[in-house]
Amino acid sequence: MRLRLEKRLEPSRRMLVLTPVLSVVAIMLLGIVIFDGLGYDGQQAVWELFFTPVLDAYKWRDVATKAAPLIIIALGLSLGNQAKIWNIGAEGQYIVGAIAAAGVAYSTQSLSGFWIIPLMVLAGMAAGAAYAAVPAVLRTRYGVSEVLSSLMLVYVSLQLLSYMVTGPWKDPDGHNFPQTASLTDAQLLPHDIWDSGIPPGLLVALLAAAIFYVIVSRTVFGFSIRAIGEAPHAARYGGFSSDGIVWATLMISGGMAGLAGVFELMQLGRLNLGYPSGYGFTAIIVSLLGRSHPIGVFIAGIVLAITYVGGQVAQTVVHVPNATAGLFQALLLFAILASDLLVRYRIRFSIKADPLTERGGA
Amino acid sequence: MSKFTRRDFMATAAAASALPLIGASAKAAEPLKVAFIYIGPVGDYGWTWAHDKGRKEMEAALGGAVKTTYVENVKEDASAIPILRDLARQGNKLIFATSFGYMDQVMEVAKEFPDVKFEHCTGFKRAANVTTYNSRFHEGRAVTGTIAGTVSKSGVIGYLGSFKIPEVVMGVNAFTLAAQAVNPKIQTKLVMIDSWFDPAKETAATETLANLGCDVIATHTDSPAPLQFCQKKGIFGFGQGADMSKFAPKAQLTAIQDIWGPHYIARTKAAIAGTWKSEDFWDGIKEGAVQFAPYNASVTADAQAAANKVIEGYKAGSYDVFTGPIYDQAGTLKVKEGQKMGLGDLATIDWYVKGVQSA
Amino acid sequence: MSMTFIIDALVTVIGITTPILLAASGELVVEKSGVINLGVEGMMLVGAIAGFAVTFETGNPWLGIVIAMLAGAASSLIFGVLVLSLGANQVATGLALTIFGIGLSSLIGSNYVGIANDPLDSPFPDDLAKDAFWRIIFGHSPFVYMAVLLVLAIGYFLNKTRAGLVLRAVGENDFSAHSIGYPVIAIRYAAIAFGGAASGLAGADFSMVISPLWAEQMTAGRGWIALALVVFAGWRAGRLLAGSYFFGVLMALELYAKASGFAIFPSQFWAAMPYLIAVIVLAIISSRDGKGGKAPACLGKPFIPNG
Repeated sequence: MRLRLEKRLEPSRRMLVLTPVLSVVAIMLLGIVIFDGLGYDGQQAVWELFFTPVLDAYKWRDVATKAAPLIIIALGLSLGNQAKIWNIGAEGQYIVGAIAAAGVAYSTQSLSGFWIIPLMVLAGMAAGAAYAAVPAVLRTRYGVSEVLSSLMLVYVSLQLLSYMVTGPWKDPDGHNFPQTASLTDAQLLPHDIWDSGIPPGLLVALLAAAIFYVIVSRTVFGFSIRAIGEAPHAARYGGFSSDGIVWATLMISGGMAGLAGVFELMQLGRLNLGYPSGYGFTAIIVSLLGRSHPIGVFIAGIVLAITYVGGQVAQTVVHVPNATAGLFQALLLFAILASDLLVRYRIRFSIKADPLTERGGA
Repeated sequence: MSKFTRRDFMATAAAASALPLIGASAKAAEPLKVAFIYIGPVGDYGWTWAHDKGRKEMEAALGGAVKTTYVENVKEDASAIPILRDLARQGNKLIFATSFGYMDQVMEVAKEFPDVKFEHCTGFKRAANVTTYNSRFHEGRAVTGTIAGTVSKSGVIGYLGSFKIPEVVMGVNAFTLAAQAVNPKIQTKLVMIDSWFDPAKETAATETLANLGCDVIATHTDSPAPLQFCQKKGIFGFGQGADMSKFAPKAQLTAIQDIWGPHYIARTKAAIAGTWKSEDFWDGIKEGAVQFAPYNASVTADAQAAANKVIEGYKAGSYDVFTGPIYDQAGTLKVKEGQKMGLGDLATIDWYVKGVQSA
Repeated sequence: MSMTFIIDALVTVIGITTPILLAASGELVVEKSGVINLGVEGMMLVGAIAGFAVTFETGNPWLGIVIAMLAGAASSLIFGVLVLSLGANQVATGLALTIFGIGLSSLIGSNYVGIANDPLDSPFPDDLAKDAFWRIIFGHSPFVYMAVLLVLAIGYFLNKTRAGLVLRAVGENDFSAHSIGYPVIAIRYAAIAFGGAASGLAGADFSMVISPLWAEQMTAGRGWIALALVVFAGWRAGRLLAGSYFFGVLMALELYAKASGFAIFPSQFWAAMPYLIAVIVLAIISSRDGKGGKAPACLGKPFIPNG
C-alpha cells in the first residue's frame, strides 16, 4: 500500500476550516506527551495553555489585548497575501507607527483636546504606510523583492526607536532612563471601553475585519487582488495595474501595522526599548493561519493570543519554563503549516501503484 | 545552580499549585505566598540568577511560613501587566518585580490590588503598596576601581557598559574615581554596546579595549564572555553580579556579588508580621547587599589592603567615593572639596568624571 | 600606530565576521536553489547549544563541531519537509523555525548554564603564531579557516561546476529544470540541509570560540545580519566574502571609535548600517541588472511538481 497525493481542482472549503482545528487538537495531544516527558503535569499544562484563557472570564481581557494588534496587522497583510505580495516587514511599520504617534505625543505634551488622539492615529498610520512605501517603490521601479527589502527595514526601525528614546525624546523627568515621557490623559484611550472589559484595540480590530470583509468580497479592488494573485502575468483587472496592486496592498498593510503600533503605544503608556515585541512577525503567521480571510484572521488572532496568554498561565501555575511555551507555539505553527497540504490535496491510499495514474494528479 | 535543585523545586511547586486559583481565599494559618517576576532566565548567571538566589535564601530562611513562585523572561512591555495581575489573583500577597522596565506596569496593577504589596527593583515610583529597592552597586565599583588602579601597569583601564543610564554612569564614575585615588594618572576608556547581553559584541568590545592599552577591564553587561576573553589574553577583569571565577580563574581579580537575600528575608518577614510599609531602600556594602568574591592571586597585598580599606570605610560610614573635589570631563568642578554627592543626585547622574574617555 | 595594533584590530574584525560569514554562506546556497529560509537565527542557536553540550560532555571539540552541523541540518530539514514536501509558505515556516530554535536551544541549554569550556584555539602550533605578523595567518580558531574555505568552495561550486549550474538552474526556473529531468525537490532538500549545517557551524563558533559558554539567545540577532549580507552580496560568493569583512570592519570601527572617544555617528546608525546598505545595494543592482536583479527568479516561490 502506498500513499498518494492528488491535487484538488478547487481548494477544499471543508479542509480550509477543518485543518487548523485538527492541528490545534493534534498539538494538544502531542503537548500532553511532551510535557509529561519533561516531568510536568502534561494534562494540566495543556489545559492552562488552551482552556484557562477561554474559560476564565478574567483572562478574556488579556486575550483581547494580545489579539487586537495581531488581528489589525494581519488583516492588512491578508490583502497582500492574496495577491502574493509578501510584506514581512510589518514589525518595522508597526514600530515606525508607534514612533510617529509618540512624536505627536511629544509635541502635544502641554496641550489638551479631542483632536490629539485622532492625530496620533493618523500619524501612526501615515508613518506605517510611508515606511511600507519604500519596498513598494523598490519593487515597482526596480523589481526588488519586497520580502527582503521589508525585512531589512525592520532592523533599521529598531535602531531608530533606540535612537529616539535614548536621545531626542528621552523623558527629562525619567531619571535618565531610555524611555519617553508618559502619555498624558489627552493622549490615552481608556484601557477598556465603558468598563466592558473590551480594549479599544479589539473594537478597532472588529471594525477593521468588517471593512476588510466588504473590500475583499464586494469590491472590484478585492477581486483584482485575487485575480492578480492567481494570474500575476495578466496585465490589468478592473482597471488595476499590477503595480497599482503592489502599492495598494503594501500601503494598506503598512498603515494597518502603524495603526496597531499606535494602540499598543497607548497600552504601554510610553515608548521604551522594550516596546517591540514581535507582533508584526506573529501577524504574518496569523494571516496565513486565518487563510487571509477577514473572519479567519480574526479567529486566528484570538487563537494565537490564547496560546500567548495560556503560556503565561502555564508558567505561573504549572511552572513550565518560558522556553517550553515558545517551543510549543512553534510546534503548533509547524502543524498548521503542514496541514495546509490537505486543503490543496487529497490523500489517497492505493494497494498497488497504478502506472497510469502514477504521474496523474490533476 | 545545579539542575537537581531546580528540577526539585519545579516538582514541588507543580504539586503545590495543583489547586490553582483557590489560593485567593486562603485560610489564616496558610503560608504567605510571595511571587517574583524576572527579566531574564533564572540561568542567566547574572542579574536574574542573583535575584533567584535571593528568593531561595528567603525560602530557606522562612521555611513553611512562605511559598514562592517565579515567572522568568517577562518582557518589559504591556504583557507584564496580565502576569502581575495573575500572580496577585493567585493569592500572592507580596510581589517582587526585578527590572526597571516594569515600573508603570507595577503601578497600574498595584492600583487594582490595594491589599497586595509590591516591591519594584531599581524604579522610582512608589505608592502606599509599592516599595522600591535598589543596591548601591557603585560602592562595589569603588572597590574594584581601587584594585584596578593598583594592579594596572599601563595606567589605562577599560569599562564595558550597556546603556548610558544612571546606574552605569555611576559605576563608571565610582570605578574611575577610586582608581585615581590610588593612581592619579589613571584614564578610563569607556565603550557602551547598547545591549545588556550580546556575548559576541561584548567580546569584541573587550578585545578593542585591550588593544587600545587597557590591562584591567570592568564590565557592566551581563555575560561572562568579556572575562573569558581577558583570561585568554592574559589581562584582568571583574565578575559582574556573581562570582565568575570558574569561567576565568586567572582573569577575575574579584567579583561584585549582588546579594538580594537579606532584603527579601526582611521584607517577607515584615509582610508576615504586618509591619510592611512603603519605603525606598538603597542598600550597599554595609547592609550586605554588595559583597565580593575572594581576591585571586594577582591582587597584590597593596591592592588587597587598599580595597579592604574602602570596604571597611563603607561599613563604618567613613568613606564615600563621591566626595569632592570631583571634576567632570571638561574639567568643571561639579562637587566641592569635602562635599558629598547625595543619592538623589546620583540617581539621575548623566555626566562622567575627569579621566573618563567616552564617545 | 604599530603593526601589532593593526594586527590585533584585524583579529577583532575576523572574529566578529566569521560566524556571520558562515551562516550567510549557507543561506546563499539555499537562496540560489530558489528557497528562502528565514530560520537562520534559530538554526544557529540549535548549533550553538549542540556544539557546546557535546564538547562539554565528550571533551572533544571536533565532535562538537560535527554534531553542531548535524543539529543545524536536522532542524533545517523540518523546514525542508514543510516547504518542499508539504508546500507550506516559506516565509511563515522560516519564522516558525526561528521560534522553534530559540525554544529548543533554551530548553536543552538550561542544563548547561554557568559552565565554561576551554576556547577552541588555533589548529596550528603556537610557535607559528608567535610573531605578530604570522598571527594574522596562523592565530585563528578553526572556524575562521572553515568560513573562508567554505565561501571560496561555494563560489567555485556555483560558477565552475556542473552541479552548481544545475542548482542555479533550479533556482532560476524550477519548472524547466524539472521538465528536463532534474530532481528539483531533491536538490532543494540538499541545499536546505547544507544551509542548516552552515548555520549550525556558525552557532558553534559563538559557543565554542567567541564565548565558550551557553547562554540563551547568545547569537543576539546575527542570523538576520547574515540574511542581509546575502542580499548585500547580490547572491555572489566573492562579494559575500568581501561584504562580510567590510561589515566586520564597520563593526570594529564603531567599537574603536567609541573606545577612543569619538562619536562620528550615533551608535544606532552603525547598527542600522548593514541593513540600510543592503536595501540600497539591492536597489542599485536591481536597476543596473534589470528587473529582479541578481535574485534567483524562483526565490520564495513554492514548487509543486505535477501541480
